[in-house]
Amino acid sequence: MSNAPAIVAAEGPIRRRPVALLELARKNRGVLVGLALVAVLFLVALLAPVISPHDPIATEPDNAYLPPLSPGHALGTDELGRDQISRILWGARISLPVAFVAVAVGLVAGGLIGLVSGYAGGLTDLLLMRVIDALLAFPALILAIALVAALGPSLRNAMIAIGIVAIPAYARLVRAVVLQLKPMEFVVATRSLGATPVRIVLRHLIPNLMNPVLVQVSLSAGFAILAEAVLSFLGLGAQPPTPDWGQMITTGRTFLPNDPWLAIIPGVAISITVYSFNLLGDSLRDALDPRLRR
Amino acid sequence: MTTYVLRRLVLMVPVAFLVTVGVFMLIHLTPGDPALIILGEDRSPQAIAQIHQELGLDKPLYVQYVIWIDNVVHGDWGRSITTHEPVAGAITERLPATIELGVVALIWSLLVAIPLGTVAAVRRGSVVDKLATGIAVAGVSVPNFFIGIVLIFVLSVSARLFPFGGYVPFFQDPWESLRHVALPAIALGTAGTAINMRFTRSSMIEVLGLDYIRTARAKGASWRRVVFIHALKNALIPVVTIVGLQIGGIIEGAVVTETVFTWPGVGRLAVESIFNRDYTVVQGVVLLAAFSYMVANLVVDLVYGWLDPRISYA
Amino acid sequence: MAFSHLLELENVHTELSLAEGTLRAVDGVSLTIDAGETLGIVGESGSGKSMTALSIMRLLPRSGRIVEGSIRFKDRVLSDLSEDEMEAIRGTEMAMIFQDPMTSLNPVYRTGWQVGEPLRIHRHVRSGEAIATATDLFQQVGIPDARSRVRHFPHMLSGGMRQRAMIAMGLSMSPSLLIADEPTTALDVTIQAQILDLLRRLNREYGTATILITHNLGVVAGMCDRVIVMYAGRIVEQGRTEDVFSHPEHPYTWSLLRSIPRLDAEPHEPLTPIEGSPPDMVHLPAGCKFQPRCPFAVARCSREEPSLLQVRDQLARCWVTQAGTELNA
Repeated sequence: MSNAPAIVAAEGPIRRRPVALLELARKNRGVLVGLALVAVLFLVALLAPVISPHDPIATEPDNAYLPPLSPGHALGTDELGRDQISRILWGARISLPVAFVAVAVGLVAGGLIGLVSGYAGGLTDLLLMRVIDALLAFPALILAIALVAALGPSLRNAMIAIGIVAIPAYARLVRAVVLQLKPMEFVVATRSLGATPVRIVLRHLIPNLMNPVLVQVSLSAGFAILAEAVLSFLGLGAQPPTPDWGQMITTGRTFLPNDPWLAIIPGVAISITVYSFNLLGDSLRDALDPRLRR
Repeated sequence: MTTYVLRRLVLMVPVAFLVTVGVFMLIHLTPGDPALIILGEDRSPQAIAQIHQELGLDKPLYVQYVIWIDNVVHGDWGRSITTHEPVAGAITERLPATIELGVVALIWSLLVAIPLGTVAAVRRGSVVDKLATGIAVAGVSVPNFFIGIVLIFVLSVSARLFPFGGYVPFFQDPWESLRHVALPAIALGTAGTAINMRFTRSSMIEVLGLDYIRTARAKGASWRRVVFIHALKNALIPVVTIVGLQIGGIIEGAVVTETVFTWPGVGRLAVESIFNRDYTVVQGVVLLAAFSYMVANLVVDLVYGWLDPRISYA
Repeated sequence: MAFSHLLELENVHTELSLAEGTLRAVDGVSLTIDAGETLGIVGESGSGKSMTALSIMRLLPRSGRIVEGSIRFKDRVLSDLSEDEMEAIRGTEMAMIFQDPMTSLNPVYRTGWQVGEPLRIHRHVRSGEAIATATDLFQQVGIPDARSRVRHFPHMLSGGMRQRAMIAMGLSMSPSLLIADEPTTALDVTIQAQILDLLRRLNREYGTATILITHNLGVVAGMCDRVIVMYAGRIVEQGRTEDVFSHPEHPYTWSLLRSIPRLDAEPHEPLTPIEGSPPDMVHLPAGCKFQPRCPFAVARCSREEPSLLQVRDQLARCWVTQAGTELNA
């Protein structure tokens, strides 16, 4: 399980306008399906309190170990009689925000590093890039685990750790685009017209960054959800009784011989979620730049 | 070639330095006094002082680093906080199990990925191709610990085809060893299978469209010869990169898989140590993981040049 | 028994199915070539000349298919042969060399290995022997220092040398037919002349029938006994080289000849490029396919397509010349 591959900014035509996501979705089936799945997931996370039939942490020992399709509990109940479907729905409220925060950490920190590195060049660039190299020298999950081990196991620290792991991809991406734009005529021209660096960045870099960042965000969201699940599965992320998918698998696998669905249902939930983001990211990459197709 | 190797090595020095600083700082990243965290409730002043001394925490940070790195280079990776055993020893003891798991997983993933990816590329749009694409998508989306659990349920608990858990060293009883390693290796290898197959397929498609393939056909080479002799060697060049990184990342995958299968390897050692707050052991495993990954990166670059004669090392 | 040609194409149609639609890359081509002869096929890119060659070799891309007509080679109908039988012919009795020597050799195998490969495939010789033969072939095609060159990878050889290696590979089994598809296009002018010299010499020495595909009429003039001019997948003119060059009977050939500089031209006579752009192969015009670009077109040209008929000493597909009009500026 490795980190989502960093995409290198394409060399080609520079003044690409960011493509409207909906327009892309109309043309590309993968983008459409990916976008729809992700939208559904966000809706589930948003509406979990409304659509869940039960309280996800309310125990009901008399109704423990109900199999799926039991009356009142569509996906059954766990060892403490908690309603599985409610826990799964509420689980989206853990996974998605974790991914969101982690990606935000990676994007903001990585983006700043890339921006400074590419814009300043010279020694600053050299030093910052060695730090990025050092981050990349760790296998992604090992780095996340090590960071959580140091910070202490908790959902918040898992988010931070996954965010740090995501930094290098964004730093390299942003730096590549900055380096590519810097010698371009229009940047040099606006500069000679007295535009401040900040203005140049806002006016020209951001639009050029939109497409590759969009792709990277979907791919690293997929990775973040997977990594969060792994950390929680290992007991380094969400702690009981939080209805977290990874955590549910950890407890569920104890009951594998008799009640396999306790582990299998949350596993399916994670797989679908990660698949949705990967599909969106892959299709976006193909749709936005066919040369990057792998 | 030699200059290239040397330059790569020189470039690795600052990165290796930063990596060791990072690993060293792991203990110091913990909020508060590591000794308190290590000791938990039992925090007598003597105990704290002892921990401080053990870890060298009473000295300035840079001195601590120099002492630590000097020891590390000389094979002294510190002592476990819980068992007081040497960390290096604890890791080496667990390493064979991890290596066996990783190697079997890799062989399994390549045995599936290369033929399937090749067939998918040669017969684009066929059933095999669709199957391959399906596996490729699922393989990177389904967490490997979940695959492990499903495998345990289906093949071990229900069908009783494979034993669950337990490690038999390969040289002690190869057959039993392979029977025990099969399920964890499949679970661990799935993500790799998906990635390797995707790479093989796309790379093969690209190569089969190139001019020299037509040249080979014009010589009267059969399709089989064209695919296996003329195309495969070229198509596998990019796959080597990915496989190399997977070798370097064995410990990473092992952390999760070993936990699922209670496999007595380095990965599980790391997880156990995290819960025991045995930071020196965690530090050791992380250091080993980072270094094997870095070395794999380097080796991949060098092998790449050897495989593709066009790359010059000017 | 009737006299039979080495290779005979009869009314060959080859289709390519592309995303934009199906196109007739080769549309009713008939031609013959005899042992030892050199035939030039001239046309713009997309005129179907390479597709004709690939149809003969049965090496069409995945999207390509021969839908009609027959190809006879040494009294065998190629379309009746199995893939195995075809493989036995390729490289032994007919060989092909390609346009770009940079990309036509496999980058990961040594050149000698590649040049000797046909011997290993077809005659099952051992690799040492194959390399020895490759060394001989290298010497024959004028690669200096052959003994060490066979050990080199393609990227270590210059473009001209790589094309020589390709020719050596084509000749390794002494084929009776060699198809050279734009063999000099990717090379420098001086190297072009050397490669053409080599092909001419090999044709004379070994009697290998050669089909030379090119967009350069100058190349044809010095090399070929006969020439075929193709446009939009069709043969528009066909005849002995000197006839076609001295009095072209199709306006397309006529324009091509006027677009190349001539040594004997008046110093101030301007070069005339061909008007218009190559045809859209998916949506071809009605009538004569060259008519939209033709300076001689008459009303009939846009209604009916002419057939390839005898005009003076050659064949031409043109209403105007078939009616007896001479092409003149």
